[in-house]
Amino acid sequence: MALSGMRGLSVFISEIRNCQNKEQERLRVDKELGNIRTRFKNEKGLTPYDKKKYVWKMLYIFMLGYDVDFGHMEAVSLISAPKYPEKQVGYLVTSCLLNENHDFLRLAINTVRNDIIGRNETFQCLALTLVGNIGGREFAESLAPDVQKLLISSSCRPLVRKKAALCLLRLFRKNPDVVNVDGWSDRMTQLLDERNLGVLTSSMSLFVALVSNNHEAYWSCLPKCVKVLERLARNHDVPQEYTYYGIPSPWLQVKTMRALQYFPTVEDPNTRRSLFEVLQRVLMGTDVVKNVNKNNASHAVLFEALALVMHLDAEKEMMSQCVALLGKFIAVREPNIRYLGLENMTRMLMVTDVQDIIKRHQAQIITSLKDPDISIRRRALDLLYGMCDVSNAKDIVEELLQYLGTADFTMREELALKAAILAEKFAPDLSWYVDVILQLIDKAGDFVSDDIWFRVVQFVTNNEDLQPYAALKAREYLDKPAIHETMVKVSAYLLGEYSHLLARRPGCTPKEIFGIIHEKLPTVSTPTISILLSTYAKILMHSQPPDPELQNQIWAIFSKYESCIDAEIQQRAVEYLTLSRKGAALMDILAEMPKFPERESSLIKKAEDTEADTAELSAIKLRAQQQASTALVVTDQRPANESPQVSQLAMVKIPSMNNMENNSVDQELTQANGILGEVEPQPPTHAPDADILGDLLSPLAIEGPPGVSAKSEHNIVSGIEGPLSEDDALALAPVGEQDNVVKPIGDVAERFHALCLKDSGVLYEDPYVQIGIKAEWRAHQGSFVLFLGNKTTSSLVSVQAVILPPSHLKLVLSSVPEIIPPRAQVQCPLEVENIRPSRDVAVLDFSYKFGTNMVNNKLRLPAVLNKFFQPTPVSAEEFFPQWRLLAGPPLKLQEVVRGVRPMSLGEMANLLNSLRLVVCPGLDPNASNLVATTTFYSESTRALLCLVRIETDPADRSQLRMTVASRDPTLTFELKEFIKEHLVSIPTASRPPPQPQIAASDPGALLAGLL
Amino acid sequence: MIHFVLLISRQGKVRLTKWYSPYSQKERSKVIRELSGMILTRGPKLSNFVEWRGFKVVYKRYASLYFCMCINQEDNELEILEIIHHFVEILDRYFGSVCELDLIFNFHKAYYILDEILIAGELQESSKKTVARLVSAQDSLVDAAKEEANSISNIIAQATK
Repeated sequence: MALSGMRGLSVFISEIRNCQNKEQERLRVDKELGNIRTRFKNEKGLTPYDKKKYVWKMLYIFMLGYDVDFGHMEAVSLISAPKYPEKQVGYLVTSCLLNENHDFLRLAINTVRNDIIGRNETFQCLALTLVGNIGGREFAESLAPDVQKLLISSSCRPLVRKKAALCLLRLFRKNPDVVNVDGWSDRMTQLLDERNLGVLTSSMSLFVALVSNNHEAYWSCLPKCVKVLERLARNHDVPQEYTYYGIPSPWLQVKTMRALQYFPTVEDPNTRRSLFEVLQRVLMGTDVVKNVNKNNASHAVLFEALALVMHLDAEKEMMSQCVALLGKFIAVREPNIRYLGLENMTRMLMVTDVQDIIKRHQAQIITSLKDPDISIRRRALDLLYGMCDVSNAKDIVEELLQYLGTADFTMREELALKAAILAEKFAPDLSWYVDVILQLIDKAGDFVSDDIWFRVVQFVTNNEDLQPYAALKAREYLDKPAIHETMVKVSAYLLGEYSHLLARRPGCTPKEIFGIIHEKLPTVSTPTISILLSTYAKILMHSQPPDPELQNQIWAIFSKYESCIDAEIQQRAVEYLTLSRKGAALMDILAEMPKFPERESSLIKKAEDTEADTAELSAIKLRAQQQASTALVVTDQRPANESPQVSQLAMVKIPSMNNMENNSVDQELTQANGILGEVEPQPPTHAPDADILGDLLSPLAIEGPPGVSAKSEHNIVSGIEGPLSEDDALALAPVGEQDNVVKPIGDVAERFHALCLKDSGVLYEDPYVQIGIKAEWRAHQGSFVLFLGNKTTSSLVSVQAVILPPSHLKLVLSSVPEIIPPRAQVQCPLEVENIRPSRDVAVLDFSYKFGTNMVNNKLRLPAVLNKFFQPTPVSAEEFFPQWRLLAGPPLKLQEVVRGVRPMSLGEMANLLNSLRLVVCPGLDPNASNLVATTTFYSESTRALLCLVRIETDPADRSQLRMTVASRDPTLTFELKEFIKEHLVSIPTASRPPPQPQIAASDPGALLAGLL
Repeated sequence: MIHFVLLISRQGKVRLTKWYSPYSQKERSKVIRELSGMILTRGPKLSNFVEWRGFKVVYKRYASLYFCMCINQEDNELEILEIIHHFVEILDRYFGSVCELDLIFNFHKAYYILDEILIAGELQESSKKTVARLVSAQDSLVDAAKEEANSISNIIAQATK
């Protein structure tokens, strides 16, 4: 084969290839684009050949990654050409240049439809391929019936029908309603009888999607699937061309077994027997052979069979065969098989009680932790994490610690977190736990998040027996020549609190302790200096009788920092200096920290969050999550000597770092400050909130205008506390608290707030159920899909979901099945229509029965005001006339807002953007002001432009003036209040804004982008 | 489901891309950059799977070209690996021992072939014979149209002589 058959195209491609560097390539591409643009401009002179040539060039340039922002019209117009060669090019280039979100695609719908319903088979194929590859929602709505007709038509040839099956699959993914379940179960049964394997393979893919959505409707297809498997795997009844390296269509076998995994069980004994016969044959009859492709294909089938056996929870005998096979796989040299062995072993942990058998392979798994392939190392880490319990925690954690020194940077944070969690969950004794965490900080300080060291401090504070040991360890680490700053923090903290317990040991006099800590001061950052100052104050307090030399030394340091530019350090220095001169009073103020209230481990919480926050809730994912929750249950059986009974499901959430900078020391300061500053005493209601290492609500924190900021702080607490506070009553509204023995996992209010800013994620989760949500918004309408997932191994019954709509929304929820089978997930579409502007919130009243417990939750639905916004950037010419036209109240409202949470202008702009109010830079000449615009849609108002101006005062970030204008007085008012809520009440305050850093790693977020 | 197919040369040059999930051009470039960084640097004796942003990328190297397909975490990796090989075998049959140059200059042909193998990120046809038949049928349709056009232009040319 030589060149492309199009001279101009081949020449262009070789010229691109000959470019010496990227710069030359870009120049060549720009030149070509300019050329194509001019040619397209006077279209009359273009022959069909030229047109084809140019759109191919465009596609080539686009494929190389350059933007091609013109010519889409020409590509799309080729679709309607009468002759095959042009049409073919038009369809292919369009399907590569555009994606489902391009408006241009709409232009093509009619032509595409005509080709689909036309009689020309080759045109039908082209059209179905395009729709199957890039069809979106609109295609789904207008084309699905025609595509269905082709699929079941007896007069269509297989080449059309197989394309129709996959095309329908795509449309179904875009809008599940296009396949009417009632009609389809019979048709599907017939389709599975298909003899042509091309059509059958495509239909099976369609079937997998249908059954994953709702298996109830397709019970009649189950025996057909088993028949297909028998035909392939037992009878080898397939044409030669459909065997692949001697294996009867491995792909079809895999898909069929995948489909069967969506049925909770196989009840009919005959079908079951036939199925197990086939599975047995696959499990036993798969040998390792030399040919790579044959090996891969047969093992693809084998691993799918394993998954099916695990799912059906087959007889013990078969399960032990599976474990034996997996044990063999994780020891082989072939990396793919080893990888899959580890992965499937991890899955197996979740479904059956095979922990003990798997433990036998521990040594082998640890070897894989040192494999040269990072993919394998990751699987090994996951498996070790999953199989860890009290009996093997010591070995596993020590392996992880050892591995930490050599692990890839990309894995270290996860590794550190996992080691810390395992150490905490399964510590045989607490001194070991302290050892592990300190080693962790020592070896991988950069990757140890603050939660980890906060947690160890918490444990030590709450366990008196542990204190001397921890202090001694901290002292030992300080002797090391170069230690990580986190180690300085934790050692300084521990020694400040407990070094007096070591006083009689060599090298542990207050003076020596002070000396060794103070050595580190020049190398540490500002937040750590604050901690060191507190430590010095504590050392001073503990050195009784006072050592004048030490005293002078420390006082000198305090005096030095009295003029420090950092306000926090300065304040501490001033206060400690004054306090330490008061003599005896110092003793009370700097007394040892009281015990922390018991709470959920922030680490475990963190690990859970990363696992749970995902839009994709397939059956297997649900299984994975279920594992996470069973893992937590194990923790309740902690050894008796471990006093802190950490209740895993407790809802008290630890405020995250941004609120709690230096929180370790803040609590002391609270007291200190209380005496010095005569600040009004803490309101008693806040007292129980004393938080892990420090108190967020310490009087120190109150700096803004008292009235408003007190309110905003109350809101911070509500964000943190979840179900306890009034503000969130709506979110959880427990109907008779005794009834709701089931505690939600994660903070329901927080999940709701997160979903106000994004369109997919988890709305609610408890140990049995997870409710995910995915939404799409178009003008005043929206459609949700609720994903109701049963995480358990038995059915959830009496499932009910009722929508309590506020008066401004019209909500239609499709029927919700009364029973959710084990580990299954049902999707319930919910249509929303916005009638008029309002900030009221719709509520989903969701209940189900698990065992004898009736669980009921009222959950706020994120169908909030900003979902009906369409970000609309506006130019100065458009903005100012409008702004002047809307002269004053009630169309234009202005308000001075106080108690605004501290944020930079950039953060504020991000906040507005995330509310879909697009910030228009340059409109306001004053750089500390923001102007934002959006279009609001509702049935009564239609599209309305909204204008917002925010004037900030660089000198005082806690207040601003906001002006909001629109043509509708209600909208203006509601919008103003809405923005105010977000500026003041800080729904996301208990957690740093999740989007940016998650984006890279969060499959949910990424998926939301894909879907 | 396959979210996208990438063909990248050992030097990191893009030879073919096909996206079954909607990505913007900017995201596409980012994906390609990230994945070439991860995959091209991997040694020869490692597994064919890379975990990436919650997805899995199954890849295989044929001479100087890497064939990559991105799938969901729970999809069957080996099945996809053999879809890659299936694709390569069909290319090989069509071009007659295919090489990178064939795919560079005939990227459009590679697209037509891929469209006969995958739709919506799912396998459409597992018979090499059937795919070959369909692709050559398309080719002959194009040739027939060309001949027709030529003969018409001949007639016109003669008539206007």
